Amino acid sequence: MAMVQPRTLRWRKLAAHLSLCGFLVLILFPLLLVISISFREGNFASGSLIPENFSLEHWSLALGIPWERADGSVVQPPFPVLLWLWNSIKVALVSSLLIVLLSTTSAYAFARMRFAGKGPILKGMLIFQMFPAVLSLVALYALFDRLGQFVGWLGINTHGALIVASLGAVALHIWTIKGYFESIDGSLEEAAMVDGASTWQAFRYILLPLSRPILMVVFILAFVMSIMEYPMASVLLVDEHKLTLAVGAQQYLADHNQRWGNFAAAAVLSGLPITVAFLVCQRWIIGGLTAGGVKG
Amino acid sequence: MYTTNASRGLPRHRSRYPAERYTRWALRGLVAVLVLALLWLVLAFHLHGQPIFALLFLVLGAALGIVFTRRRLMSHRYIFPAVAGMALFVIFPLLYTIGISFSNYSSSNLLSEERVRAQLLSRTYQEESATFGFQLYSSDEGVRLYLEREGAPTGAGEREAEVEEALEGVSRFTTGPMSLAQGEGRHVSIQPAPGEPAGEPMSLREVIASRAALQNLVLVTPEGLELRMAGLRHFAPMLDRFEARDDGSLYDRRDDRLLIADRETGFFVTDEGERITPGWPVAVGLDNYARIFLDPDIRGPFVQIFVWTFAFAGLTVLFTLMVGFVLASLLQWDQLRGKALYRTLLILPYAVPAFISILIFKGMFNQHFGEINLILDALFGIRPDWFTDPWLARTMLLIVNTWLGYPYMLLLCMGLIQSIPRDLYEASAVDGGGPLTNLFRITLPLIIKPLTPLLIACFAFNFNNFVLIALLTGGNPDILGASTPAGTTDLLVSYTYRIAFQDAGQNFGLAAAIATLIFVLVAGLALLNLRLAKVRV
Repeated sequence: MAMVQPRTLRWRKLAAHLSLCGFLVLILFPLLLVISISFREGNFASGSLIPENFSLEHWSLALGIPWERADGSVVQPPFPVLLWLWNSIKVALVSSLLIVLLSTTSAYAFARMRFAGKGPILKGMLIFQMFPAVLSLVALYALFDRLGQFVGWLGINTHGALIVASLGAVALHIWTIKGYFESIDGSLEEAAMVDGASTWQAFRYILLPLSRPILMVVFILAFVMSIMEYPMASVLLVDEHKLTLAVGAQQYLADHNQRWGNFAAAAVLSGLPITVAFLVCQRWIIGGLTAGGVKG
Repeated sequence: MYTTNASRGLPRHRSRYPAERYTRWALRGLVAVLVLALLWLVLAFHLHGQPIFALLFLVLGAALGIVFTRRRLMSHRYIFPAVAGMALFVIFPLLYTIGISFSNYSSSNLLSEERVRAQLLSRTYQEESATFGFQLYSSDEGVRLYLEREGAPTGAGEREAEVEEALEGVSRFTTGPMSLAQGEGRHVSIQPAPGEPAGEPMSLREVIASRAALQNLVLVTPEGLELRMAGLRHFAPMLDRFEARDDGSLYDRRDDRLLIADRETGFFVTDEGERITPGWPVAVGLDNYARIFLDPDIRGPFVQIFVWTFAFAGLTVLFTLMVGFVLASLLQWDQLRGKALYRTLLILPYAVPAFISILIFKGMFNQHFGEINLILDALFGIRPDWFTDPWLARTMLLIVNTWLGYPYMLLLCMGLIQSIPRDLYEASAVDGGGPLTNLFRITLPLIIKPLTPLLIACFAFNFNNFVLIALLTGGNPDILGASTPAGTTDLLVSYTYRIAFQDAGQNFGLAAAIATLIFVLVAGLALLNLRLAKVRV
């Protein structure tokens, strides 16, 4: 607590609160608007923030249930949103599990072992991490196109390809976990090994249980990143029923046919769980993101 | 630092525990299976004429084999999967892209030379001089096809003489009764016919109804000449158009000319220099780079996009930093209540998935139905063309990206400001320093150093912010007079993506050349970053 305080404190506090609230209104307007639109009738933007003509049509369509209008006509869901969400979750789940597995073992070696080429490999990983995958899309497309000729589940238009391709982005997570491992004192493992534990046992029974929190963080981070991945999925996936949410969602706002209301419901439906998960885990996620210096 | 037995290369004894021994054997078996699978891939790629991919998997398989059999490389086993993943999906694509940039790989030069040759050799053409009119006669046993010669021999050309010889002067043919319902590519033999079969021919409408079946028919004369449908009323002999010569050239029978494989351009060319598509990819040296810098139709848009990319990334960093820093300074104020709530609400834009919030803005900025124009219209009576005016579109991108990016800066600044010792502000207050003095003499100097590498990373990220452009404007509005798809709001990455995947020409070579230039820029930024951040390994 500061000891020396200016006299105008009350006014300055009030001004700060007012400006923060004003800024918040401006910032949160789009999000509130979308929630409001999802309950409005029709696909056009008009009306107040609190819907006058309350309707669950968009929500019903987003959940894949055909909606019967007041005049008796039945509207079919335009896009399989739930299927896209399921595809996204499936891909994200498998790829983030694999990423956690690979980066944990690597981080262990980087944190605890001495071997040839350790420094250059770690630095090289940081550098290659910065190259965006968009630029190598031609090459990645060619790679999976050829691979698909021999290994069916790794070809174009498969989720296998998308999962495997995400394994290129492990460097950030390796650095995060490595930092955590280094903060744990090695003497515990040393003691275990003096008592006859093997390297693997020391890792499995001593270090891993201690580092459960950071593994959760990395898993959530990888999961969120995978859900949001757009460029690779947009090139590798073709069929409508194979798309992930990130690629499929934009079809609502095609230039000639804007389904603004339907989009709003689908956006809230799919965005809300991710947003809530992010906010619940924000302390850990933010720690990981700011440490790596890379925005997700 | 404490090191494990493994990294000291000490021998690992036969384990006392059976379970562990079995696990080891299972792991060895797994590695063996993986190596075998990779070798199978190498062989498959090699046999299909893909030497680069064969080499890639050979290196991968060999590395796997070596790392998992040599005791000395024990520690490397732990990092091998991750490093292999990066090598396969980051480093190899990078090198491959640089390789493509020196070739003319594009949708017109896609297949290998052998495949192009095979494709050309499988092409056929119709010999116009020997067309047959046809009629269908339906009977109880099925449908009969009756052909009558229409085209007259003109007596010119080597091929025509061959056709005449095969026809042996017969001008009427008929098939046996058959069903038209059957599958594809059927070969049906035809016999010389004395005259029209009995009965009424089917109407044109019925012929049209069975057109699909007729198009699949190949009629074979007793001499082996093949006829195919050549129009709603005609069948004609289909001949191989190209003939391979011993010296590697192709002879075009229809147009009577010689095609020579030009390995400089990757096309078969005629004497007059006409190119026959498709071609095959060949190395073209620095041509793609030369086009970027010398061809005015490409250089103009490229320079414009290049400048905009830098401006976009720089301004984004500036705006997000300003907003984030001001908010962070407010939020670290001790006297302020409800900081946790403010913080949570302020980082909300960061928690919403970007692909959703970008699309929300796309709908809100819509010129005709969007809320933003409705509000502006109600307040000031203006309806800006957010998506068709280049400067407004750029402004919109910056507004949206500031919204998306300021929470990250806020979090960074909050973390850094909290690490500044409180006594400094106390001392400043004792000496009568105001908020501005605190800002410029204490806060800024202390956070700017740790912040710089993070700002560079942020700059590099926005330099390559493909998702924002792709989802919000798609690069539009277009730059006029550009020979490649280029928009006024395109960043270099989205420009590259459009050349490679959206243009009809799919010019992978040119896209790869631009990508290589970006790689160089990004590598420069990454190295600078590494130096400034003083990464300790």
